[in-house]
Amino acid sequence: MIRFDLAVSHGSFALDARAEVPACGITAIFGPSAAGKSTLLRALAGLEAASGSFKMGGDDLAALCAHQRGVGFVFQDARLFSHLSVAGNLDYAAKRARAGALSREMIVEALGLAPLLARHVAGLSGGERQRVAIARALCTQPRLLLMDEPVSALDLPLRAQILGLIESLPRRFGLPVFYVTHAIDEVARIADHVLLMRDGQVVLSGPVQAVFADERLDAFTGHFEAGSLLEAVVQSEDKAFGLSLVAVDGVELAVPVTGLKKHARVRLRIRARDVAIALKKPSGLSIRNVIPARIAQMREDGAHAEVFLQAGGQMIRARITRASAHELKLKPGMKVHALLKTIAVDRQLF
Amino acid sequence: MMDWPAIWLTLELSALTVLILFLLGVPLAWWLAFTRVRWKPLIEALVALPIVLPPTVLGFYLLLAFGYAKDIVPLAFTFEGLVIASLFYSLPFVVQPLQQAFADVGRGPMEAAATLGASKLDAFFTVISPLAIRGYVTALVLGFAHTVGEFGVVLMVGGNIPGETRLLSISIYEAVETLDYGRAHVLSGMLLLFSFAVLSTLFLLNRRAVK
Repeated sequence: MIRFDLAVSHGSFALDARAEVPACGITAIFGPSAAGKSTLLRALAGLEAASGSFKMGGDDLAALCAHQRGVGFVFQDARLFSHLSVAGNLDYAAKRARAGALSREMIVEALGLAPLLARHVAGLSGGERQRVAIARALCTQPRLLLMDEPVSALDLPLRAQILGLIESLPRRFGLPVFYVTHAIDEVARIADHVLLMRDGQVVLSGPVQAVFADERLDAFTGHFEAGSLLEAVVQSEDKAFGLSLVAVDGVELAVPVTGLKKHARVRLRIRARDVAIALKKPSGLSIRNVIPARIAQMREDGAHAEVFLQAGGQMIRARITRASAHELKLKPGMKVHALLKTIAVDRQLF
Repeated sequence: MMDWPAIWLTLELSALTVLILFLLGVPLAWWLAFTRVRWKPLIEALVALPIVLPPTVLGFYLLLAFGYAKDIVPLAFTFEGLVIASLFYSLPFVVQPLQQAFADVGRGPMEAAATLGASKLDAFFTVISPLAIRGYVTALVLGFAHTVGEFGVVLMVGGNIPGETRLLSISIYEAVETLDYGRAHVLSGMLLLFSFAVLSTLFLLNRRAVK
């Protein structure tokens, strides 16, 4: 586990953040701007004077200077050294690295840098710069990799490509990643764990599915974004209709994607407004995906009702009108069917 | 015709001055570039004073100071005194370009270096200084050239002792005073060419660095 309890104050801003997160996978630090996400990350790296503790693997890193922490950092603006080549930037980190098992060949290969090594950094594109920055941070043999909105300066197609790289880092290099972002779709796509921040504090911390099923997230994303994440296993593919069949706790769903690996685990994202509720299993309906579920919790909000549905081990959120909820006499504990209109496949898990 | 001792003394003084100014000026410029103390503008004003003050004012106060120190170490009308005077006189020409260069580099590369395992001193030599190289060149050239061209302060605290305090500019002054225009022409022409060569080299270097 990674445990921290850090306080920073400068001027009118105060950070007072504590949390405990697993020392594996990607922890997204999410929140509105000025919530203190970057300040927290900088405090963890030792770039911001902070009081408190930061424990990882028996060491208290808070007592160390930034250059002694063994924590990698990828800045939003890459911050490559312009007086060195790409290889020179990697060497700079490697020369000062802790003892570690990551080989330079492996890093260069994983980030596709072989053709760039001799290049001068001034001529690199935005995506290339971030790839070099990630490789450079890995060359320090970090015990933890901190990333501060590393894709926010990139255009969309490039963003998807770099995000794909980032989500593979914990698995490929066996190191935990803290990832600061203000984009909820990035959280849905790559996070395993989420820290929700506001006003310099961690207001919610948990596995990504739990956080997405938590209504406290709504204040950060707006109802339009509210939804749930489900984990599913790929069963088969129906090329003719461009569908894949995936199983969520034994229930088969059709998702409009092909090319998924059989038996791969995938993450599905279902927006709450795309979920309808039926008392009986319906027939003669265009919606193909129906999951039996039990109402765990309900909350009314103006003209709408938020319904939290327990389906096996997973939580599905539905947002329906309050009038419908009354007409169907929905109550916690009732057995219903969740109708899923649209399902997005966010990520292939491994 | 040529006053070789004066030329040699001028070069020696300028080189020594720039060397000492780098040792003192680099840390000072670094501190000025990044400090957040409220009284920083006062220090900046002090550093810049020699740019606006008549050299005679600086020379006058230095003479007074040398007077107080004369029982411990005689400085007035000595080479050592000239060095001290030149340090004050040329200070802004070394510190200001360095401060500007450090500020241009900013905190970013320093932070990046720290996250890569470099201590502050390590990062200073391996990242900040190479990135601020233009500032170093400018400081070197301006500090040296400005000391070569020193006159008023030298006249006040150094006088005109051959081989000890008689610099090129003093030699020219003397040549003119004694109506030895031939010598004045040669020495003045040399200084003119030297200054032009130095400045055009500097501007050429800067233009190349911008490209």
